[in-house]
Amino acid sequence: MQSWIPLVPDSASTFSWKVDALYFYLSGVTLFFALLISAVLIFFVIRYRRRTPYEIPRPIAGSHKLETLWTIIPFVIAMTMFGWGARVYFEQYKPPANAIEVYVVGKQWMWKLQHATGQREINQLHVPVGRKVKLIMTSEDVIHDFFVPAFRTKADVVPGKYTTLWFEATTPGTYHLFCAEYCGMNHSGMIGSIIVMEPREFDNWLSGNTGNTTPAAAGQQLYQTLGCASCHGANGEGGRGPTLAGVFGKTTQLQTGESVRVDEKYLRESILNPQAQIVAGFGPIMPTFQGQVSEDQLLQIVAFIKSLPAGGQTQTPAPATSPTPKAK
Amino acid sequence: MADVMNSHGSTQAHGHRALQHHFENMEQQREAGTLGMWVFLVTEIMFFGGMFLAYTLYRSKFPAAFASASNHLDIKLGAINTGVLILSSFTMAMAVYSTQVGKRRQQILCLIATLILGLTFLGIKAVEYHDKYTDHLIPGHLIPGNPFGPAVQEHGQPLDHHKLHLLEGATLPQVEMFYWIYFAMTGMHALHMIIGAGLLTFLLIYSIKGRFDPEYHSPVEVIGLYWHFVDIVWIFLFPLLYLLGRHLEHG
Amino acid sequence: MRPIEYFEPPVASKVNYINAQYGLKSWLLTKDHKRIALLYLGSITFFFFIGGLYALMIRLELLTPQGDFLQSATYNKVFTQHGIIMIFFFLIPSIPATLGNFLVPMMIGAKDLAFPRINLLSWYIYLLGGVITIYALLAGGVDTGWTFYTPYSTTFSNSYVVAAGLGIFINGFSSILTGLNFIVTIHTMRAPGMTWFRMPLFIWSHYATSLIMILGTPVIAITILLLAFERVSRVGIFDPALGGDPILFQHLFWFYSHPAVYIMILPSMGVVSELIANFSRKNIFGYSFVAFSSLAIAVFGFLVWGHHLFVTSQSVYAGMIFSFLSFAVAIPSAIKVFNWTATLYKSSISYDTPMLYALGFIGLFTVGGMTGLFLASLAVDVHLSDTYFVVAHFHYIMVGGALMGYLGGLHYWWPKITGRMYPEGWGRFSALVIFVGFNLTFLPQFVAGYLGMPRRYHAYPPEFQVFNVLSTAGASILGFGMLIPAIYFVWSMRYGKRAEANPWHLPGLEWRTQSPPPTENFEVTPIVTWEAYEFAPPEETQVVGKFGPELEQI
Repeated sequence: MQSWIPLVPDSASTFSWKVDALYFYLSGVTLFFALLISAVLIFFVIRYRRRTPYEIPRPIAGSHKLETLWTIIPFVIAMTMFGWGARVYFEQYKPPANAIEVYVVGKQWMWKLQHATGQREINQLHVPVGRKVKLIMTSEDVIHDFFVPAFRTKADVVPGKYTTLWFEATTPGTYHLFCAEYCGMNHSGMIGSIIVMEPREFDNWLSGNTGNTTPAAAGQQLYQTLGCASCHGANGEGGRGPTLAGVFGKTTQLQTGESVRVDEKYLRESILNPQAQIVAGFGPIMPTFQGQVSEDQLLQIVAFIKSLPAGGQTQTPAPATSPTPKAK
Repeated sequence: MADVMNSHGSTQAHGHRALQHHFENMEQQREAGTLGMWVFLVTEIMFFGGMFLAYTLYRSKFPAAFASASNHLDIKLGAINTGVLILSSFTMAMAVYSTQVGKRRQQILCLIATLILGLTFLGIKAVEYHDKYTDHLIPGHLIPGNPFGPAVQEHGQPLDHHKLHLLEGATLPQVEMFYWIYFAMTGMHALHMIIGAGLLTFLLIYSIKGRFDPEYHSPVEVIGLYWHFVDIVWIFLFPLLYLLGRHLEHG
Repeated sequence: MRPIEYFEPPVASKVNYINAQYGLKSWLLTKDHKRIALLYLGSITFFFFIGGLYALMIRLELLTPQGDFLQSATYNKVFTQHGIIMIFFFLIPSIPATLGNFLVPMMIGAKDLAFPRINLLSWYIYLLGGVITIYALLAGGVDTGWTFYTPYSTTFSNSYVVAAGLGIFINGFSSILTGLNFIVTIHTMRAPGMTWFRMPLFIWSHYATSLIMILGTPVIAITILLLAFERVSRVGIFDPALGGDPILFQHLFWFYSHPAVYIMILPSMGVVSELIANFSRKNIFGYSFVAFSSLAIAVFGFLVWGHHLFVTSQSVYAGMIFSFLSFAVAIPSAIKVFNWTATLYKSSISYDTPMLYALGFIGLFTVGGMTGLFLASLAVDVHLSDTYFVVAHFHYIMVGGALMGYLGGLHYWWPKITGRMYPEGWGRFSALVIFVGFNLTFLPQFVAGYLGMPRRYHAYPPEFQVFNVLSTAGASILGFGMLIPAIYFVWSMRYGKRAEANPWHLPGLEWRTQSPPPTENFEVTPIVTWEAYEFAPPEETQVVGKFGPELEQI
């Protein structure tokens, strides 16, 4: 099925053919101009070779018509490339609303991943065909980069902030996962695989990998042990601190008068640097948790807050596949 | 700069004794020297520009911390230093003028005055740095044995100038960032002042030797440009570093 | 028609800049721009071969998918040092500091650069930076990649980052001083009659390069300085663990380092303009378009740095703007290529070695430039960034472009610089070997890159091996090709045929003085009455039958 030397990598996501199409367009234009220039050069070099040592060709000053022509034509071609590239890029970086979420933490030199249902994986990620998957990523140390050639997408994984990446796999199979941002000694060992499965198989795989606490459940435990409940209420209903239940995805008013959308980034920042963006009506009394929680734990707390339903009624967060938490 | 400054052993039969062999005439030599300094100053702007960018970014990120840290700087010393530098720019301009019209005595006096004012600035800066040192405001581990760790003023305590008054929303690591930028910028500025003082000394020696005259004065002019530039940098640094959030403290 | 006075060889005097003075001291304390150019030539050649050695080690390691030749820690140092040496100590100074230093004053009819002492100082600064960097390499090496990305470089790397950074910091001043010297010289020291639009395009491109040098280099200097302080003091403006922003570093770094690519390629474009015009005996088609496109590249080059950050979570709108500007900066380069090609129309093309390099340059630069469009195009860049596609692209620009131009220029002006001819046959042969070796090395990397092979990998999945074997084979041919000129250039300094004042029979100012030139370049200050590349008088409309009496001896 494949030629001896492949020219494009496996295609396994909805982006693949879109990027490939643009790539082929660019390659076509490049090939055309490279061949055109080379052909003209070779023709001129042979046709106008120096025949006698005395000859002096007739000077030609230049032509504004030609200059205009070969300024405008490349510019128009370049703009088609720009427009096309920008359109696909927008799609790549606009995460869809209804996606399965996976938390990713990069560290020298491994990938730690956790599904919303609790399954943990290292250097491996199982995803189903035909469902949108969104990765919420951060790093414990240096900058890494989550790169899946078969999906034609990548994004840096930056310490101190959350970056996201999304894709929808189309073809079952096992594909490379590379770290594409140089991260130190064992950079080339920071590779793994993405295993794309049929949805049914994927569900089987999920239920076969029981015995994990969901990130939200783990987050709830942390919420209790770190003492968040004493100010924010046992179920996030609020108290001395602002309400947490149901705030995710909403816009909240800050003390400074500005308003901010409550997303993963804002929650993370508020745990580590509570003084930075204080919700209107509350004092700067929350201590920082910098250094007390790891990136994994932060993601779990964030997952817990996201799972809290509005109104703060008692509810167990997203049902775990197995009710008994097991030691990691 | 050394090229324009020096009347090295050029033994051309015609032209000024300070004319170097590769220039056609004094006019060309002077033009080259002045343009050279302007180009150099452009590079200096870009050099400080990188730090101004970092400053802008973190000030907008940590406004409260920047205001608190800025309040702790000694505004009196800063203001005096600003005055000192503006005065020194005046004496420098006078030195250039008196060279151009050939008043040697006045030229030497003006150069001496500029040099003294420059050194005064550096002295006051040293006092300020020392205060920061005793208040443990040197960021990170720049000075071994004196890590960053200022005493923080609590609410309701009597005002203590050796304690840092943290405004709402400011944290110590953010204040440390301010001091890091403060020391980077003022330190780089002080380094330029030190180099400037060296150049002034050089000028002084040459004018005492009587090397400059109305036809050959470009070294004075060119170093004057440099001196004004260093002053202007301070004119930007003073409000940006010292005058943040003053209204918050008293209002 | 006007007489053939342009080609009159000047009265040859026995004294030239080389034999005017003897002794080590006369070289180390020289203020003559031509001698300083030779000092630079020697030192950058030294660094070029060190960088080349590292390149060879990289290619040997990548011959097999396993990491069997070097350990990964060593490999990381090797590719980092290859980058640092080649970029900061070879490519950036290559043409400006050697050919530029030698020729800028001669081409505009000046006796020297405006500030000869500063010129010498810049060489010593370069040397000091080089020595410190070599110390860093010998003491234990650097493993951060030449890009020094934080927080790896500030907090995690256990290598000699501060020493290497200091070396680069210091070296930056040498390039600032060179740029400053060129700008002032071009503004104030042109010979009578040498108007801006009579200047050879080599001068225009050096003017544009100098603008980038003085505007960009200070930014990298302060960036590297902050990085070094951060490493020492552990207060971070770049390290998130210390409250800083690692992406700020990338912005500052690329604000210089993208324009730095133009520092490397613009002088080479200048050389190619000279070669194309002079070896086809034709004025450059659309002179002013070629001249202004250099300036346009210098200006636009400062506005595109963000295209290195498409995958770093910078805002998609910023990404769009940078993508747009990156496409815009491609246009002036395209204009140059079209004008060079059009210049050859109805010209008289000779096949001397420098021309072969120039023709090779146009082809390789076209490929290098067009593949740059892939990386400016947002969606494709997301897939390609940090892969071997990027590696192939910038080697097409820097080796296929900058290095080809440098070698072409070196052959072209060799008789003027040394007073000796290089062996033409060997010259053509090695140009061919280098061209073949280069393409074999880097063409496969485009494919490997699109297939997803990440850069800076010490070991890689086996399906990429075929491309790496081709690459390594090409690199050995390329390496062999580079040795040939190194040998015959040295040989020709002693045994080469003596060169006339104007061996190529050209109208440029630098050919109107003896070879090698006297210390002050010209016996009398020339008065320029002709346009650039004026082979035939402007009013001439017919092809001239005879060139001139002295040419008949050929």
